[in-house]
Amino acid sequence: MNINLTLIGQTITFIIFVWFCMKFIWPPIMKALNERRKTIADGLAAAAEGQRERERGHQDAEQLIEQAKSQAQEIIAKAEKRGAEVVAEAKHEARAEGERIITAARGEVEMETNRAREQLRVQVATLAIAGAEQILSQEVDAKAHEQMLSELAGNL
Amino acid sequence: MASGEPLTASGYIKHHLQNLTFGNHPENGWSIAHSAQEASDMGFMAFHLDSLFWSIALGALFLLVFRIAAVRATSDTPGSFQNFIEWIVDFIEDNVRGSFSAKNDLIAPLALTLFVWVLLMNLMDLVPVDWIPEFAKLIGVEYMKVVPTTDPNITFGLALSVFALMIYYSIKIKGLGGFLGELTLQPFGKYMMPVNLFLEGISLIAKPLSHSLRLFGNLYAGEMIFILIALLYSTNIVLGALGGVLQWAWAVFHVLIVLLQAFIFMVLTIVYLDMAHHKH
Repeated sequence: MNINLTLIGQTITFIIFVWFCMKFIWPPIMKALNERRKTIADGLAAAAEGQRERERGHQDAEQLIEQAKSQAQEIIAKAEKRGAEVVAEAKHEARAEGERIITAARGEVEMETNRAREQLRVQVATLAIAGAEQILSQEVDAKAHEQMLSELAGNL
Repeated sequence: MASGEPLTASGYIKHHLQNLTFGNHPENGWSIAHSAQEASDMGFMAFHLDSLFWSIALGALFLLVFRIAAVRATSDTPGSFQNFIEWIVDFIEDNVRGSFSAKNDLIAPLALTLFVWVLLMNLMDLVPVDWIPEFAKLIGVEYMKVVPTTDPNITFGLALSVFALMIYYSIKIKGLGGFLGELTLQPFGKYMMPVNLFLEGISLIAKPLSHSLRLFGNLYAGEMIFILIALLYSTNIVLGALGGVLQWAWAVFHVLIVLLQAFIFMVLTIVYLDMAHHKH
């Protein structure tokens, strides 16, 4: 257990070792550690950002779907309204057409009636003339008149 | 066991506590000591080859392993080896940041070197006490003490280097006047200067002493107990078996001491240097 030159030898060794460690070991390891710390921090930040991005996308999609739904609703309502309008228009036209046909028919009937009446009038005149001829040509008696008159009436 | 000596308990212990010494013997000149007496005759002009060899080898192992990790270090996902090394570095970094408040790029590498190096040297204590010395004897080396931190030269070498750094930074940061002022003007004010110098001087000298002797004492005592347990193997089979159990139990407990002493040595280094960077 003597104190001797070993002390000096150990001191020199120590100085060399610490110098080596300080020069070639500590700085590269610390540099790598700090870089890795930064990489991990960046990675976590990126992951959080991705998460937020995803949520934002989700919200956007929901909004779009909502919009599409309301648009579809609008289109359907418009179509229904248009359909009702078309039906109403068709009804209106049909009614007008019908009325026109009825009016025309009525006119024709009237014309027919008038024509018949005219013919009748012509025939009545002829009959009256024929009757007058008969009366003038034959003796008049009550019986014969009665018979003639009823014949006349029957011809009416 | 030195050749020629009888196999006794005290001879065994003494042999285990003797360093392989190379030095300037008054009669033989520069040579390897063949006995404890020759080694102590060499005085200061001697090297403990075994302490220096293991200390340098373990330090080089530390530098090699960490240098590999440093070269491979990238910001990518680390492998398990890389992760383990970086975990140690991070642990040291945390400790330095927690205890050292000034800015100095030397402190963290210094703490890392001290922690891992002292830990590796301490761990040699867990190798069964006879393995390496017996192997050394086979290849013709007479003495072999494998735990460098049980050699006060090694612990003082570390502690005195730290002490020198302490003085250097004290003077650099506070100026010579500030450093001397701290030694002489407190705790009692300038009219009690001799008393102050006496108290502060003791406190200053006590730092490297306690720093190195704490490590040395703990490891030396642990080594001693391993040696005493190993003595049981040469008695009989019952005591030998007991020795096996005891050695295992003590080794388990000693793992704690080994780690704790390396950690304390590092923390004290950081704290002492932190004190050197601050005015009180």
